[in-house]
Amino acid sequence: MTAIQVLLPRRRRTVLPGFAPALGFTLLYLSLIVLIPLSALILKAAQLDAATMWQILSNPRVVAAFRLTFVASAIAAAINCAFGLVIAWLLVRYRFWGRRLVDALVDLPFALPTAVAGVSLSALMAQNGWVGGLFAPFGIEIAYAPPGIVVAMIFVGLPFVVRTVQPVLQDFEPELEEAAATLGADRWLTFLKVTLPALAPALLTGFALAFARAIGEYGSVIFIAGNRPGLTEIVPLLIVIKLEEFDYRGAAVIAVAALLTSFILLVLINLLQRRLGAANRV
Amino acid sequence: MSEVRRDRPALRDPHWARWAIFVGGIGFLILFVVLPVVTVGAEALRKGLPAYLAALSESDTQAAIRMTLTVAAIAVPLNCIFGVAAAWALGKFEFRGKAAVLSLIDLPFSISPVISGMVFLLLFGLQGWFGPWLREHHLKIVFALPGLVLATMFVTLPFVARELIPLMQEQGTEEEEAARMLGAGGWRIFFSITLPNIKWALLYGVLLCNARAMGEFGAVSVVSGHIRGLTNTLPLQVDILYNEYNMVAAFATASLLAGLALVTLIAKSFLEWRYADQLALTRR
Repeated sequence: MTAIQVLLPRRRRTVLPGFAPALGFTLLYLSLIVLIPLSALILKAAQLDAATMWQILSNPRVVAAFRLTFVASAIAAAINCAFGLVIAWLLVRYRFWGRRLVDALVDLPFALPTAVAGVSLSALMAQNGWVGGLFAPFGIEIAYAPPGIVVAMIFVGLPFVVRTVQPVLQDFEPELEEAAATLGADRWLTFLKVTLPALAPALLTGFALAFARAIGEYGSVIFIAGNRPGLTEIVPLLIVIKLEEFDYRGAAVIAVAALLTSFILLVLINLLQRRLGAANRV
Repeated sequence: MSEVRRDRPALRDPHWARWAIFVGGIGFLILFVVLPVVTVGAEALRKGLPAYLAALSESDTQAAIRMTLTVAAIAVPLNCIFGVAAAWALGKFEFRGKAAVLSLIDLPFSISPVISGMVFLLLFGLQGWFGPWLREHHLKIVFALPGLVLATMFVTLPFVARELIPLMQEQGTEEEEAARMLGAGGWRIFFSITLPNIKWALLYGVLLCNARAMGEFGAVSVVSGHIRGLTNTLPLQVDILYNEYNMVAAFATASLLAGLALVTLIAKSFLEWRYADQLALTRR
């Protein structure tokens, strides 16, 4: 129990019992379910030398999958930022009949299983679907093409943006906007120069969350993507294909590369966000 | 439609902007959120109610329903116990390294479901660390129920803990300390003081955990091996039927999951509306 004694209450002593067993159980459970399995992944990838890793990762099919996944995720997250802001604005600033329903609907993508979203979005966006049919006469393919991948990623990412922007907009001091108005700024200028900068850190967090979710997304994307190698094949699918071929090492290398890339991107976004936050406080 | 702060004319958006925001926001939600759900129902009932019911009573689909319920019945209570224990340790006590434990709990949320399933394949698959040992002892983890449960536990681990930790932190320890002073033991304190204080938040966490456990696709897809009637959960059954171009059956199966999502959403909204003060303020 020495490991736990090191972690004993720091700020003040408490008379409450059960700290050691509760924390011990928590750490044991976390180790068994999360830490040990994840370290198996890292070790598997680490068994390979750098040259082999590079050979796996520089394969044109792998490169194409990475490019597609990251570009589509970024586009989807950007679209979600724009419309997530609109929906958050609608929910916070306006009162209308059915607002509660709209508010609840925003969480639907969290609740709807990804496989269900996948099959229904592909039926909806296919050439003979309700929405896909509107675009088909113009020769625009949505399902089984890159736009379909973006559509699925928009679906899974939307709640992240709305739910990060909404509380910030809720707490935003109206006096700031009023001050801008008294100084002669019109509504649009006030929005651009006062409101938007204040919301920027939250929008960026929303972008990062939606982006990260889109990169890892599997269920909703594979049904609508068409999954043509090198063209509409996403990284998680490539991992599954490697696993089905029993190429566990290849799968592990791609998985670790995907985890690392999104981790680095998230750290960069985090840094940018701190900058923005600091600029706002001045 | 009106503005919230009518008393603040400076905050009033121009008429056209209000309508643009309303139409844009609602339109986007209808297109990306409402229509997909409507599509599930429409496609499932395309050939009428008898075909829908026939598809649901298929033995493979019935087996998938049982499998989904079994997996959730094991994974959700375990993660619930974990969530409460973690919340007790992290919500009621201060210690070094707390932030690290918190981010470890959040970790499964930021890992692709495919990778979440794959890690168990690397541990327990035939080529995995424990693969040869398991084979010698005729134990099956991946491509069997234990693998499905483990993968589901991995992806749903944070739900209950994330809901309870901020709430218990917010509620502090005064009531529990008072009970302690009056001579109550640990379990007594938990069951008579803490549990009544967190019961709605616990239910909220269990609700979300269960929805994800029953609906998880990527992680279980990797560890299931897709053995019909044996290791197929409902989302995997949707996948199989869809790939066989059996659309009515695929969407009929999907409609069960969509129904579960809608019920979860209604229950969740009800809890948020009725017990807002007893749920954690920090909502994702």
